[in-house]
Amino acid sequence: MTEELLVVKNLKKYYPITGGVLGGEVGVVKAVDDVSFAVKRGETLGLVGESGCGKSTTGRSLLRLIEPTAGEITFDGVNVTALSTDEMRKMRRDMQIVFQDPFASLNPRHNIEKILEEPLVVHKIGTSSERKKRVQEMLEVVGLSSYHARRYPHQFSGGQRQRIGIARALMLNPKLIVADEPVSALDVSIQSQVLNLMQDLQKEMGLTYLFIAHDLSVVRHISDRVGVMYLGRIVELTTSGQLYSNPLHPYTKALLSAVPTPDPDDVRERVILQGDVPSPANPPSGCTFHTRCPHVTEECRSTRPAFQDVGDGHFVACHLYKQ
Amino acid sequence: MSDPVLQIENLQTHFFTDRGQIPAVDGVTITVNKGEVVGIVGESGCGKSVTSLSVMKLVPNPPGKIVGGTIKFKGEDLVTANEKRMRDIRGNEIAMIFQEPMTSLNPVFTIGNQIGEAIRLHTKASKKQSRDRAIDMLKKVGIPRAEAIVDEYPHQLSGGMRQRVMIAMAMACNPELLIADEPTTALDVTIQAQILDLMRQLNREAQTAILLITHDLGVVAEMCHRVVVMYAGNVIEEGDVRTILKKPKHPYTKGLLNSLPKLEESQERLYSIPGNVPIPGSLTVGCRFAPRCDQATDLCRSEMPQLKAVGDNHFSRCWLSE
Repeated sequence: MTEELLVVKNLKKYYPITGGVLGGEVGVVKAVDDVSFAVKRGETLGLVGESGCGKSTTGRSLLRLIEPTAGEITFDGVNVTALSTDEMRKMRRDMQIVFQDPFASLNPRHNIEKILEEPLVVHKIGTSSERKKRVQEMLEVVGLSSYHARRYPHQFSGGQRQRIGIARALMLNPKLIVADEPVSALDVSIQSQVLNLMQDLQKEMGLTYLFIAHDLSVVRHISDRVGVMYLGRIVELTTSGQLYSNPLHPYTKALLSAVPTPDPDDVRERVILQGDVPSPANPPSGCTFHTRCPHVTEECRSTRPAFQDVGDGHFVACHLYKQ
Repeated sequence: MSDPVLQIENLQTHFFTDRGQIPAVDGVTITVNKGEVVGIVGESGCGKSVTSLSVMKLVPNPPGKIVGGTIKFKGEDLVTANEKRMRDIRGNEIAMIFQEPMTSLNPVFTIGNQIGEAIRLHTKASKKQSRDRAIDMLKKVGIPRAEAIVDEYPHQLSGGMRQRVMIAMAMACNPELLIADEPTTALDVTIQAQILDLMRQLNREAQTAILLITHDLGVVAEMCHRVVVMYAGNVIEEGDVRTILKKPKHPYTKGLLNSLPKLEESQERLYSIPGNVPIPGSLTVGCRFAPRCDQATDLCRSEMPQLKAVGDNHFSRCWLSE
């Protein structure tokens, strides 16, 4: 058994832009552009970034819910990208996903029992009564009661629905859970309940999480290591303690300083970035951040910086930290 | 010294539905002084947005109706004002920006046309003058290429740019009060920082009072002078920003602050308020927060506490803080 549960190498996802009279390909949107990282067993890796940076596309490509354009994904020693559709379906017993919107990701016409039972039916596990028993157990695990099984999604609040989404992902005892913005649609008081639940479950069941979110404080709280994405690339990756106390990439610094904290006496040096995120259909040359970077040099405009270790597993893609 | 622009007193906005009368806002009192930024914070369904819509008299009627209380804008009662007077006020003396910049701009008119509309309606400006004023406003809110953008359509702009356009539109007639309903919730953090910076600047330069509705306590800390915390249609705590964020009295405010993950330190486990936000309209006796409060006593469960002073300009609706 290797230490790493998931190894992603040079993952790319390009979407073609069609146009013209014949509907030919006139360009590509580089949603994910050469991303590499590894997730260790039992850890939580956070992926943060602003909208359109490719964090969700990365998460979905890992499960091949979106077919990646290129790259290699090794899960538990198996190269996932080489599997057939059928083999991939079997593989997904061990890799599950929790979606952002608890309102859109549950079928409104199925009751909770049916929703939770479905993964077991798909994978032909257990008899009908065994499956029902497992549903009851799982509802208790996520803090709901067995009498909820007969109810329909509209009868639940947002927080409860997210618990159901988590229960569904756990039905098959997976090894990895990709959580795509699982708490962004929830109120603050409910958000902390769900985060605590996810941490408890991780301890009890030895889960590995890939936690995707845009909220830096949430990601810091739950993750062991954090990767920061910008325009389809990871620009910095390190332990969450390091990232917040010693951010290296100028984008990470700006991102951290832009987060409002609920402390009126907190005087921080603000780095307010100018302008918007450039379009991924037409990304800037060299380092994609050079159009907004306060420390830009000639080299940044022309050469793409390598994603390299600058010490103790602190990875950064920036010319300022070349050795 | 204090020069109130807006005085909301004991406002009650109820919704009349098939399931009965739902008190979305139930006796809210808020004062906003000239040049002041007041924040209303609370979770979904607490009545913060309905309060702000009531001020503009934009609550859809039916089913919604202001059934009690007064809203005084510079001494004039808006609850009894007729529609004609309200149209004079909206966009001119009180302006509003909404959460979703895409749905609040009309996709088939140019930016210049939409900003100019408010100017043409409220002043006697000609088309040319209103267009020039629109360009001025766009420059003021930091939009590059203002002369070109003025003839573009909303879909050609990014989310942050659209919110800047909304602010330009709101500020076009120099309103005395700006109501901002979750102005940065749909935006990314780096863009949020730009927009908050812009709003602070407008508040300082034009002395525009701002009523800021948000669920984000971080935004409150950055923007507001005073904070009103709402829960289930009531104001449960009010005070200046430092008091509320540093020394809150009400268990709900404390719980809300404790349940936030912190950026600067790592915590083992987050505090969480048990249970859910009550469904609006569910009948309750006593303090509305009592079912979720870990310090609730029999008194809390039987009798509703009043909003009482607990310090200098600091009010709390809790039996325990007396």
